Amino acid sequence: MSAANETVSAGQARVARYFIYAALIVLALVYLLPLYVMLITSLKSLDEIRGGDMLALPGSPSIAAWVKAWGEACIGVSCVGIKGYFWNSIKMVVPAVLISTLLGALNGYVLTKWRFPGHKLVFGMMLFACFIPFQAVLIPMARLLGLLGLSNSTTGLVMVHVIYGLGFTTLFFRNYYEAFPDELVKAAMIDGAGFFRIFWRILLPSSGPIIVVTIIYQFTNIWNDFLFGISFAGGEGSPMTVALNNLVSSSTGVKEYNVDMAAAVFAALPTLFVYIVAGRYFVRGLMAGAVKG
Amino acid sequence: MSFLEIKNIRKKIGNVEILKGINIDLEKGGFLVLVGPSGCGKSTLLNAIAGLLPPSSGDIVIDGQVINDLHPSQRDIAMVFQSYALYPNMTVEQNIAFALEMRGVEKAQREAAVKQVAKTLQIEHLLKRRPSQLSGGQRQRVAMGRALVRQPRVFLFDEPLSNLDAKLRVEVRAEIKALHQNTNATIVYVTHDQIEAMTLATKIVVLKEGMVQQVGTPAEIYNHPANLFVADFMGSPAMNMLKGKVVSAGGAQSISLFGNEGVQVTMPPSVTTILPEGKDVILGLRPETITDAGLVDPDARATAQIAADVIMVEPTGSDTFVTGKLDGASFTARTRSDVQVRLGEKFPFSFNLDKAVVFDPESGSRIG
Repeated sequence: MSAANETVSAGQARVARYFIYAALIVLALVYLLPLYVMLITSLKSLDEIRGGDMLALPGSPSIAAWVKAWGEACIGVSCVGIKGYFWNSIKMVVPAVLISTLLGALNGYVLTKWRFPGHKLVFGMMLFACFIPFQAVLIPMARLLGLLGLSNSTTGLVMVHVIYGLGFTTLFFRNYYEAFPDELVKAAMIDGAGFFRIFWRILLPSSGPIIVVTIIYQFTNIWNDFLFGISFAGGEGSPMTVALNNLVSSSTGVKEYNVDMAAAVFAALPTLFVYIVAGRYFVRGLMAGAVKG
Repeated sequence: MSFLEIKNIRKKIGNVEILKGINIDLEKGGFLVLVGPSGCGKSTLLNAIAGLLPPSSGDIVIDGQVINDLHPSQRDIAMVFQSYALYPNMTVEQNIAFALEMRGVEKAQREAAVKQVAKTLQIEHLLKRRPSQLSGGQRQRVAMGRALVRQPRVFLFDEPLSNLDAKLRVEVRAEIKALHQNTNATIVYVTHDQIEAMTLATKIVVLKEGMVQQVGTPAEIYNHPANLFVADFMGSPAMNMLKGKVVSAGGAQSISLFGNEGVQVTMPPSVTTILPEGKDVILGLRPETITDAGLVDPDARATAQIAADVIMVEPTGSDTFVTGKLDGASFTARTRSDVQVRLGEKFPFSFNLDKAVVFDPESGSRIG
């Protein structure tokens, strides 16, 4: 009887699994559809696009739109493509991610291993930064950047993103280091390592997974940011997201959907790249801890 | 002169006084074990010696030097932690060499020192591995290596065996003992395990609620416990505590047990004062002093034979623990394993009173 029951339940489980996979595949397709439209549109000619069938594959695929988007498309009044803005974004996102991650790690280290009176309050206030809407800080931030002489500069934008990211990076690292054994820090103290030596030699080398998580999170947020970019960096210094907006809304003659789409793919590539490269390390880091135990 | 002196150490955390004036001396090459139930302050005291948790008041002196205000790294101490605290990102070799590296020792010298220690501890084949690839016993050995390589003035051990399984614990315990005998290191060792304390120590300090209950050699602590707490805490199975009353008859004193005038034993020879008639006392008897008739020490001066009901028999192989019950009070006896003892029957227990101790039930301290 029990054997029969097991067969039935095993069969049911298989049906349930098929159903789950079917649902996942359908949802994934829905999710991927816009990407598909973007990609094939960017490979079509304008005539073909005007033909109307959005989902049809391109008759004669061409990367002309990509070349144009990268080097010739008009953003506002200058027709030099998005490449300059792409590098603007890189110049902004790399230092901003590295600095905010490093400072977050340092904060997390102090808040868990070198506790001082009021550490909870300080952490609470840093967490508060996570809940303040971007819009609320625009005007004070603009004033501050003006005072510091950093308006309309990539440095200023880096500073804004570091400050805004600190709350999150501190949260990530504090929670990670909370579970890091205090005895290791004590042992290192007895061994003669100082504050920074313990951080560099003991904690940071053991922080792989959380560093990757933080970098993915920060990179995605900062790269995709539009509001700070359009508020604090104008013209030639704009990041990619702002340039993309300007490209799409520039109205000189015909609307070049294929170029718009190619530019949008360029804007999405770096985050995709970070996910694919770092995501693998992220999983590897988690697995290493789980298996060795 | 003492090598390590702990003078009137107090520690308050918030409003709770964890250590209430601790005074301990230890000679060079001594093995001091701090033992007590959890929450007695033994780890706090060890952390105070290490400098990880500064005491509220009092002095810690090593070799004549007051070290209260020195950073842990400057106290010339090494500590073995309960969790071993091996650096997970470094190999065994790097773990052991880390302290030397922090002290600016040349690389060649470091390597020689690591090799030497690895040889002593027989972990040479593990040097290139990471802590995560080691077994519990191997980690424990690496942790000791990390302490040994420094050649510190004092070693501190914080419950180093509590994460090992029973068999390994006995092995490593013997290794630590051998290590102490071979190196003549000065060691302070914290444990809640009274057997570890007995086997390892040259000096035991029993702590309870932040106060020293007794300081002494293992034999002193075991045979002459200062009070009921020490008597009960040290020894396994625990000492039997039998309620009794003093009976005086013609100059000789005896104790009636089990609230029964008919059951009397002579006053143990250790009691040298005359106690008032009718005084309540507690008679402390180790299980090995209550035996079958064949196991009684022929040199014993004061013995008694009392028949009691057998309510439990626990054979351990080498001998058998028998729980007897008389008039509502029970006690544990240690008999030879081949003695015929049957559950529910009466058995004639032989009490050897030479080693019995007598406590005052009100103060808890030992009378004799």
